[in-house]
Amino acid sequence: MTQGIYKILYNFALTDTVYSMVLEGNTSALIAPGQFVNIKLEGKFLRRPISVCDFNDKTITIIYKVVGEGTAQMSKMKAGETLDVLVGLGNGFNPEKAGEKPLLIGGGVGIPPLYNLCKELLKMGKKPTVILGFNTKSEIFYDKAFKELGVDVIVTTVDGSQGVKGFVTDAFPEDYDYFFTCGPMPMFKAIEKVAKTSGQYSFEERMGCGFGACMGCSCKTKYGNKRICKDGPVLYREEIIW
Amino acid sequence: MVSTKVNLCGIELDNPIIPASGTFGFGYEFADLYDINRLGTFSFKGTTRDERFGNPTPRIAECESGMLNSVGLQNPGVEKVISHELPKLRECFNKKVMANVSGFSIEDYAYTCEKLNDQDQIGWFEVNISCPNVHGGGLAFGTNAKNAAEVTKAVKKVTTKPVFIKLSPNVTDITEIAKACEAEGADGVSLINTLLGMRIDLKTKKPILANKMGGFSGPAIKPVALRMVYQVYDAVKIPIIGMGGVETAEDVIEMMLAGATAVQVGAANLVNPYACRDIINMLPKTMEKYKINDLKDIIGGAHNG
Repeated sequence: MTQGIYKILYNFALTDTVYSMVLEGNTSALIAPGQFVNIKLEGKFLRRPISVCDFNDKTITIIYKVVGEGTAQMSKMKAGETLDVLVGLGNGFNPEKAGEKPLLIGGGVGIPPLYNLCKELLKMGKKPTVILGFNTKSEIFYDKAFKELGVDVIVTTVDGSQGVKGFVTDAFPEDYDYFFTCGPMPMFKAIEKVAKTSGQYSFEERMGCGFGACMGCSCKTKYGNKRICKDGPVLYREEIIW
Repeated sequence: MVSTKVNLCGIELDNPIIPASGTFGFGYEFADLYDINRLGTFSFKGTTRDERFGNPTPRIAECESGMLNSVGLQNPGVEKVISHELPKLRECFNKKVMANVSGFSIEDYAYTCEKLNDQDQIGWFEVNISCPNVHGGGLAFGTNAKNAAEVTKAVKKVTTKPVFIKLSPNVTDITEIAKACEAEGADGVSLINTLLGMRIDLKTKKPILANKMGGFSGPAIKPVALRMVYQVYDAVKIPIIGMGGVETAEDVIEMMLAGATAVQVGAANLVNPYACRDIINMLPKTMEKYKINDLKDIIGGAHNG
C-alpha cells in the first residue's frame, strides 16, 4: 500500500450514473488485477473504496457509480485537480488459477475490475469469455472496451433492451473451465447455483479503513475469519460460506 | 530542543502519542508503513477470554466529521493473542505495549488479565468497561460505579502492572465512575470510549448498522472528550489517558491542557494510516509555536488560575 497525491487526467461520464476517472501518480503498489484504491474527499470523513479497472506504470483508471454524496462530489471533479489516494489495497484476483477458457462475469459497476484481469488472462495466452449484465440498455458500458481486447463478449439486460434478455446466468456458455466474478449479491447467489467449476468472487462491504486495521468488513469463511479489505476482496469459491 | 517525554505510571514514553485500541490491530499491519517504535506505545486490539467474530456487517457508517462502528470486539481470544499476535509484534516493536482487555463478567476480566500479566511485552493494562457494541457486558460495567469498582478490584488482585480503566462517556457523571475506580486501586483512567450513536439509510429506511447502534468517534466528539478529561482531572489524582477526535499535534496539546498525561489517537488512523507518525513529526514544531519547552509541564494546564 502507498499513499500519495494523484492528479486527475480525465473524469467523464460513461452512462447517466457511471463515471470513468484516470489518475496519474505512483502505481507501484498495484500488483494484481482486482485490487482497489481508497480515496479521500474534501469534507468527507471516511475514504471511498473504488476498484481499479486498469493501470499501467503511470496511471490508474477507476470506474465508479454515483450512489451518494461522496461519489457525486467525485463526478464533479475536473482534470488537473488532485486527490489523496491509498493505492494497492486488497488481494486482487489470482489469474494463475484459471484454466484455458475462463469465464468472466460482471454485474453493473462490478464490471470494471474484470477489465485488467481480462488483459492479464490474454497475456497468459488464455481465451476468456466475458458476460456483462445490466438492467437496461442505457446502463451499458465497457462492452466495446472488452470487445477491443479481442474476446467474446455477451451482454445481458434484465428487460431485454439489448443482448440476451435476462440475467448473466441465462447466458452461461457450455464450455468454460474456471470463472471470475464481481457484482451484486443476488447475482453471486444465482452464479453459485449454476456454476460448474471453481472460481473467484470479488466482494463488496462497507469499510472503515480499507487496509485491515479496523475489522469493519470481516466475514466468516471455511478457513476462518477474513477481512474483505485486506484478505479479500477476492475469495475463492471453495472457502465462501453463503 | 523541546522535550516530548511523559511518564505513564513509572514507564517513560518518548512522546504521549498512543494509537487507540481497535484502530491499530496488533501493530504489525502498521509496521509495514512506518517504524512503529516512534510511538509512545499503542493499545492493542481489545482482547477477550474467548475468540469473538463480533457483530454482523455492516459494522461501519460514516457521519459528519466522524464515523460509527459496531465491530463488537472481534479478536482471536487471549490464548492466540499470546501464542500468535505478541510474538509477531515482538519482531517490529521493542517497547512496552498496552494490553486492552474486555469481558462479559468480572471473572472474564480477571481471567484474561491474569493470563496476560506474565507477558514481558506488556507495560500496562487498559481495561475496557465501556464497549457500546456488545450485549450483556462491556458497557454495563462502565455505566455503573459499583460494577466499575468491582472490575477494578478483581483485575488489580491478579495483576502486577499498572491498570488503566477505560471509561464510557455514555453516563450522567463520568467523575463518579472515575472516583470509584481510583478508590479500588486503578492506576489511571482512559477516556473517552465512543458515544453511542445511530444512522438511518433513507433508501432502505432502516438503520445502516446491522447492530442498529454503534460507537461514534472522530473529530466531532473532541469537545465532549475534552470536557470529560477536564472534569475527571479535577475529580481524581491518578493519571488520565485522553482520547476522542484527536487528529493533530494541536489536538494533543489541547487534550493535555485539559488534564491528559498521554493521548490516544483512534479514528484518525483509519483515514490516514500515517496519522500518528505525522502527529509525532509535527509535535516539536507545534510546541515551539505555543512556547512549550517540556510537554510534561502542560498536563492539566487549563486548570491553573
